[in-house]
Amino acid sequence: MRELITLRVNGESHEIAILPHHTLLEVLREDLGLIGTKHGCELGECGACTVLIDGQPVLSCLTLPVEVQESEITTIEGVEANGKLHPLQETFAELGAAQCGYCTPGILLSGIVLLRDHPQPTRAQMQEALAGNLCRCTGYTKIYEAVEAAAQRMARSGGAQ
Amino acid sequence: MSKQQPLSEPVAPASHSAYKVIGTPRPKVDAYAKVTGRALYADDIMLPRMVYGRLLRSPHAHARILHIDTSDALALPGVLAVLTGADLPRKYGILPSSQDEYALAIDKVRYVGDPVAAIAALDPDILDEALKLVHVEYEILPALMSIDEALAHPENKINDEARIGNIHKAVSYEFGEVEAGFAAADYVREDWFYYEGNNHAPMEEHACVASWEPNPTDPVGGKLTLWSSTQTPHYVHREVSKVLNLPRSHVRVIAPNVGGGFGGKSDPFSHEICACELSRRIARPVKITCTREEVFLNHRGRHPVKMWIKTGVKQDGTLTAMHFRSFLDGGAYGSYGIATTYYTGALQTITYTLPAYKFEGMRLFTNKPPCGPKRGHGTTQPRYAVEAHLDKIACDLGIDPVELRRRNLIEPYTRTVNGLRVTSCALGECLDAVVERSGWHNFHAASLNDTNAINGNGAGKMGDGAIRRGMGIAASAYICGAGKPIYWNDLPHSAVQIRLDRGGGVTVYCGATDIGQGSTSILAYIVAEELGIQPESIHLETADTTLTPVDLGSYSSRVTFMAGNAAIAAARRLKDQLFEVAAGHLRVPAERLQAAGGVIYDESDPGPTLPFAQAIELAEARFGALVSSGSYAPPQDIHGDYKGAGVGPSPAYSYSTCVARVAVDVETGEVVVEKLWMAHDVGQSINPLLVAGQVEGGAYMGYGEAVMEQQVFRKGRHKIPSLLDYKLPTTLDTPEIETILIEIPDREGPFGGKEAGQGPLNPAIPAIANAVYDAIGVRIDEVPITPDKVLRALKAASTTARTAVRPQIPPTEVSTPWPTRLIKWQPASLDSVQRNGNGHNQSVETPSSATGRGGLS
Repeated sequence: MRELITLRVNGESHEIAILPHHTLLEVLREDLGLIGTKHGCELGECGACTVLIDGQPVLSCLTLPVEVQESEITTIEGVEANGKLHPLQETFAELGAAQCGYCTPGILLSGIVLLRDHPQPTRAQMQEALAGNLCRCTGYTKIYEAVEAAAQRMARSGGAQ
Repeated sequence: MSKQQPLSEPVAPASHSAYKVIGTPRPKVDAYAKVTGRALYADDIMLPRMVYGRLLRSPHAHARILHIDTSDALALPGVLAVLTGADLPRKYGILPSSQDEYALAIDKVRYVGDPVAAIAALDPDILDEALKLVHVEYEILPALMSIDEALAHPENKINDEARIGNIHKAVSYEFGEVEAGFAAADYVREDWFYYEGNNHAPMEEHACVASWEPNPTDPVGGKLTLWSSTQTPHYVHREVSKVLNLPRSHVRVIAPNVGGGFGGKSDPFSHEICACELSRRIARPVKITCTREEVFLNHRGRHPVKMWIKTGVKQDGTLTAMHFRSFLDGGAYGSYGIATTYYTGALQTITYTLPAYKFEGMRLFTNKPPCGPKRGHGTTQPRYAVEAHLDKIACDLGIDPVELRRRNLIEPYTRTVNGLRVTSCALGECLDAVVERSGWHNFHAASLNDTNAINGNGAGKMGDGAIRRGMGIAASAYICGAGKPIYWNDLPHSAVQIRLDRGGGVTVYCGATDIGQGSTSILAYIVAEELGIQPESIHLETADTTLTPVDLGSYSSRVTFMAGNAAIAAARRLKDQLFEVAAGHLRVPAERLQAAGGVIYDESDPGPTLPFAQAIELAEARFGALVSSGSYAPPQDIHGDYKGAGVGPSPAYSYSTCVARVAVDVETGEVVVEKLWMAHDVGQSINPLLVAGQVEGGAYMGYGEAVMEQQVFRKGRHKIPSLLDYKLPTTLDTPEIETILIEIPDREGPFGGKEAGQGPLNPAIPAIANAVYDAIGVRIDEVPITPDKVLRALKAASTTARTAVRPQIPPTEVSTPWPTRLIKWQPASLDSVQRNGNGHNQSVETPSSATGRGGLS
């Protein structure tokens, strides 16, 4: 039996009828067409489905939509503003931090929160913040370099992001 | 296409600064789609009226299927179709010599996870219910779960493809005079090693969408399109057509963005074939997305391999002969396994000079998910074993392991004892680079004095408390594309078409499949360099068997080399046409023209220019529509002339070396890899950012295999088919990786480029294993080197005299002689070797004659 709920995603409100046992991951992808959120396990193990709920990284495959009706949900599609990329998106592209790109949306969202909380993160802080996001291509090296470059870029622009 | 036509002129490997695009770090062409979530992967494709499919898989490791009843499932509302083996009765497989799979099991199931039935339904929730309503009656058979069990029970035959008992394939070769080589040795050593199997674990699970479009006026009845997360659309195209009995002209296979492969998406899979057949039956698009557990069951991962090596050396460490045996645990089906079997032996000769070499290999069927190619395909296991074995020999002889390797390095432009043509080789440079950057000599000087001194890298041999540090080294080589296609023929391995339009647009069409390594970007960089334009302005159509000319697939590290050369050829044809009209327009001989920065100009007078778009208009007016093609096939004369010589040859080889520094806790057995230094001979970076990314990714994956990744089975079942239990390295585990690129252009590579995708994985594992020995003084002859093995080995060493440690790997007994005919071969039997001397360690190919053999249409 479907249930009518309201979800606020990337600043837009969606009134949708969902199956209550479907996860936020399924609803974002299948019902709202926000396919930028990926999945690699559906069990909370890989981090590919990370989204932000009220600014905190959360695994959408372990979240039920009914729980987050009062919250602001941000997916990768909501990170850029009117075509302007977040500095971390820019440095990910410029420095080769996205290879196959499948873990990238989740890592970007975790990384954006890291940069918000620690504008000049150490490698140890990066490792801690990204420990729940598996990447199978990069060996993480280029990801750290992109986070560092974004931190510098944001510091230069006065941390406006 | 003429084979005789020379390959595009070798690009002058001279000054890198002459290149505008090649060698420059820049974003991949798909980078912005990937960082914004716009990039579409197979599971992101949602078509109107699309429904969902799923496979029912065997719960038994080995069983006969007595009866299947699908009537209850079919009766469930929302179920649209149910397939069983009888609906898809044609066998298939990636290799023509191993056509041993059915899309759905017919007589028997051979591993837990073997597909038995497929269902299409309106939504995934209905599928959950429907799968429970398929009733299968099994007669359970004993399961064989290891190499030794499979050998011990020939009467329990798992797969009819096995020629004797459960032996799928046995090979036996002798190159050069092996007995004489051992007789000439001052020292001979034998060792057993075991390499556990592991999974690719790409982040994207396999997924596909199939769409049948009926057309009653077409005698075939319609056309089929399949979007799939595959590395090999060309071979999926072949096998889907075969099993569905459709002409290939009516099947289109497209690989959208692929979320990592590493070899795990190189086979045609049951879920792809079933999605196609379900779609044909119900005339609606069908999507099948595998779960993570199913990715582990699809597998095709690293073969577990047991290895025995006997090597003879002179007192100074010079190799005189090697005898190598491999036993591969193939799992239930063939997959690439015959090639893998050859690969465990074929490339021992391209890293160090071996004057005599005997190789015997066999692959066994077991009741496990089928093994196949994983990054390093079949060469990773022997590389680990040989490099650890040579380290032991160096210790026995009191020679520095670096020096032992240096004394045996293969020379560039050599023909090996098993007939492989080696061209450029910067292995010596790679060795020097990692030794210097890692502070190898300082570290070991400090170690020898057994001090707590902190060395140049800030880490001494003795750590705090129970920590012991060590440093190990290893070297490796890898193919830049298989020299032979899977189906032997004279056709190109890779082809590129380019279309110019009068608006200035450039569209590149190529079957190459980007699985994250950046092959689409490589095409753009190469065409941009040739035509003097920005790579970002190029439109790219790839990996589509209807729209793009063939590329065999993203396997064997072949794409940069082969598609790159094809792209150069195609671009030069168009450039010739543009220069012809530009010569008239600028009143300059065409030979003096250059294309760069979006204009064509006279190199000796860069003042007057002809803009690229205007040149296209002039050329289109003169020649008509501007379309060109180029293709590539490797040279013919790069291997021996014996049966089996087709595995191992490649138009070029990349070289890699690795130094690992580890810290081992002798109380807990934990191995922490602190840093990896990886030097890679890539010939010429097309984009150094992408090359470094491949090297780092390879080092990372090698690290995972060395210390944690492994398939574990219990009572016939995969014990850990999840990313929580299957340990793979997170940010908290992964060591610092320092990459050193060695660029000595190869004369046949595109702009001198060679592969980087697979080679750098191989030396990481033995470098770590050798570092563990350096740290604790005890060998672990098995990977992954997990804490339990470290503690067991330390305990064994403490209770036994050091020299009498019992072998950790129980030897596998085999019948003598090896169960196949021995092929003896000498390089002297090769025509080109006869022409150029006895062939060993000689430049049997001049670079110019070598480049002349590339097939080019």
